[in-house]
Amino acid sequence: MAPAFSALTLFDVVLCVLIIGVALCSSSVRDLFAATVLLIIYGVFVAIAWVRLGAVDVALAEAAIGAGLTGVLLIGAVARLKITESPAAAVSRWQFAAKVIPASLGLLIASGLAYLVLTVEWRETLQAPVLANLPDTGVLNPVTAVLLNYRAYDTLLETSVLFAALIASWCTTHDDLWGERAGLRQHTRRAGILATFGRFLPPIGLIVGIHIFWAGADKWGGAFQAGTIFAAVWILAIMAGVIDAPNATGRSIRSFAVAGPMFFTFVALTGVLAQSFLIIPVMVAKPLTLAIEACLTLSIAATLMLLVLGAPRRSA
Amino acid sequence: MLLDLAAPDFPWIALSVAIPLFAALIAALSSALAPVVAMIAALLCLGAALWTAVLVTTHGAQEVAVGAWPPPLGIVLRADGLAVAMLITAGLVSIAAFAFARQAFSARTQTPETRSAYSFWPLGLCVLAGVNAAFVSNDLFNLYVALELTTIAAAALVAMSGSRAAFEAAIRYLMFALLGSLFYLLGVVLTYSTHGVLDIRLLAISAESGPSTIAAAALMSAGLMTKMALFPLHAWLPPAHSAAPAPASALLSALVVKPPFVILLRIWFEAMPELVTPTLAQAFGALGACGVLLGSILAMRQERLKLVVAYSTVAQLGYLVLVFPLAGGGGAQQPWAAGAWTGAIFLTLSHALAKGAMFLAAGAFVEARGNDRLDSLVGLAREMPISCFAFGLAAVSLMGLPPSGGFTGKYLLLTSSFASGQWWWGIVLVVGGLLSAVYLFGPLSLMFAREPALAVTPVSRARQSIALLLGLLSILLGLFSEAPYRLLQVDRPGAAAEGFT
Amino acid sequence: MNGSIPFALCGAVLVGIGLYGVMAHDHLLRRLIAFNVTGSGVFLLFGSLSALSSGGATGAVPQALIITGIVVAVASTAFVLALVVRLKEEDVDAPAPGAFEGSSEHDDHAP
Repeated sequence: MAPAFSALTLFDVVLCVLIIGVALCSSSVRDLFAATVLLIIYGVFVAIAWVRLGAVDVALAEAAIGAGLTGVLLIGAVARLKITESPAAAVSRWQFAAKVIPASLGLLIASGLAYLVLTVEWRETLQAPVLANLPDTGVLNPVTAVLLNYRAYDTLLETSVLFAALIASWCTTHDDLWGERAGLRQHTRRAGILATFGRFLPPIGLIVGIHIFWAGADKWGGAFQAGTIFAAVWILAIMAGVIDAPNATGRSIRSFAVAGPMFFTFVALTGVLAQSFLIIPVMVAKPLTLAIEACLTLSIAATLMLLVLGAPRRSA
Repeated sequence: MLLDLAAPDFPWIALSVAIPLFAALIAALSSALAPVVAMIAALLCLGAALWTAVLVTTHGAQEVAVGAWPPPLGIVLRADGLAVAMLITAGLVSIAAFAFARQAFSARTQTPETRSAYSFWPLGLCVLAGVNAAFVSNDLFNLYVALELTTIAAAALVAMSGSRAAFEAAIRYLMFALLGSLFYLLGVVLTYSTHGVLDIRLLAISAESGPSTIAAAALMSAGLMTKMALFPLHAWLPPAHSAAPAPASALLSALVVKPPFVILLRIWFEAMPELVTPTLAQAFGALGACGVLLGSILAMRQERLKLVVAYSTVAQLGYLVLVFPLAGGGGAQQPWAAGAWTGAIFLTLSHALAKGAMFLAAGAFVEARGNDRLDSLVGLAREMPISCFAFGLAAVSLMGLPPSGGFTGKYLLLTSSFASGQWWWGIVLVVGGLLSAVYLFGPLSLMFAREPALAVTPVSRARQSIALLLGLLSILLGLFSEAPYRLLQVDRPGAAAEGFT
Repeated sequence: MNGSIPFALCGAVLVGIGLYGVMAHDHLLRRLIAFNVTGSGVFLLFGSLSALSSGGATGAVPQALIITGIVVAVASTAFVLALVVRLKEEDVDAPAPGAFEGSSEHDDHAP
């Protein structure tokens, strides 16, 4: 037992050093594209750390959203900005001060937190009630129970945040381009590699997504992780020219983006019949939770896809 | 099961979040329906808030355990006097802003649909839902999500006009706000890991102040101070609030900066009252005083009306944190604490109404003259008496002249500052009032100048009177301060005896 | 020594690195990258403190809160990027002097 334990501890320490190292590189490298790629690698390492902490749901979310989606968003922005290097700043005394103050603040907060980590007696008391009430939630995965039952109100507001971010980024469209298709028009050669990928990968992605969605109720995964995978499939299909990019004024795409939060809010409102709010009745807990999750997955996929494509742009 | 609307435990406060959320989603589906839906939602929110006020004054604070899960497992929404007063104000200001916005952002007058006419309504409704959620939530993490919803929608409203300056202001606002969110979130993480709960009331029971609790409170406060633009973290506010279209500016200045302040109150007075040491309270007050002075001085130097009004927000927010030295710390048990606490909230409410009025009046001036430069206001009182009168009424409340709501608030703070022997905060209040008279006298004297006005595009009387209504309300808050005063005493934190009135 | 202490310390260091980047960098994209590093540092600290106190895996409540936080962070990131790209396009259409780095002059006041 003992040698295995220490080997794992060594693995953990090496992983932590790697994470910090990649974060430092990503922060210091001049080339913006490299910094972005390093951030994606960083996300993958952090996802492994989550597996080591026994948080598979978070690991999936970190890999799909933290590394994958954030990375795609950043790479897209770097490509559109057409600048890969931050301009060399003239070194003046003032700019030196502008680095020293953040550095000392960062050092102060990091060491303060480290001190607290090592000295404070930390407490986690909610795991017992989460498990004790699990039979009433209709799901077997405690994380899903928290997300869609105990603290479903957080999730309701969170899907509203995604919705607000979508409308907000549509708000950056040029006035004369309102109603055009999202992103740049894609021109893909029919026999090109992207077109081939675009035909083969989506069905596989769909199956993986459905699996993660379905597993979310019982083991790990769920609406956000599955929604991200569906969004990736959707984007791939658009890039390969299999389907057209949607436009913000289209009624169907708006319905897709809105359906999940709307159904969720509707369910929440029916709670007033029981003099409460957002009640998931025990008798219908399983089917109702699955229905909410299905609608949310659809809307999350549509919203993330639209966020990645971005506002309509003039072709260069 | 019958819907018993009259039952004292009917979850009205949950509706004040769910209704605007639902309306935002409908507005995103159909821009033709959006203005009507938004107006109905805001009216329903106001109605629900007023009825909750009745319930709260007769039955005491109202609670809804969401999903019927009691804390610490679930999230509790709670309406005490403070929350209800904020809900009513949010309802009033959003009704006014939506009524004023109907013309500029109506899909019916603009076919095919335009970008701004489409996006204003869902974003405005998200702001309303977000601030309402933050006013009633009693869960520290849930408050984080509510703040993020508000911030993203608010930043999009800043960028709405589509000008270069607006995009820059929005990015700058987001950079500050997101950094603030990280600090707040870090504080929430430490709180949960130390105490195992997120519910503010449960924290009040379990809080023993170890180093991690102190660090958590400091981090959350730093984040919230960034989001409420307290000196020295105020630099983002004036460009953001002045770049937005007028009805959005009204929402931003009147409402969006208020939830962080309310959460600060809840953390320091309800969750961790014993953490407020006299030194800390004085430090808070000093930041507030700096904000009052700097905001006022910068407001005097502006040449655009919306910037004057925006810098005035920086100054007015400074007054609010005087509540910490006057009602917090060792003073919490003192007879003047109740007065100071109530006074600060009266100022919050009257500032919201007055700022809403000012930005809507400024919006009318911009429509009439095409810009908001101070020199183009000359003689406008003859052409647009309603808007100028509205601006004047709001100015009376901001200066703290009787009989306005601003006067009631400042009077309560002033009496408690002298009663507690902290006369220096009284001086800040008086000097701040004088300075606000100076920076508001500039635009007012131009409006009421005898010289003839320059060319004016007419703005309908009905739309001008929206600002007038808000301005009047900020005065009426002082004239009829009895009922709101009683409302604010419901579940006022601390064991303070009835203070000076 | 509990197995999750290295991750908790790692989270603390990441928060420091990230906060430095958010405040010190002048390019908006770099600040956004640093913002994401800070966020995941906060989450890693959260998850490992939970694992630390239970002596096993991260609790379900912290896991759910972290997933919520990750989604909120990506929503904010997407919106900021949309604004940054649009600001850049504004400069391509009508270049202004010192345009894209224009916001850096304010950064001296950044907290």
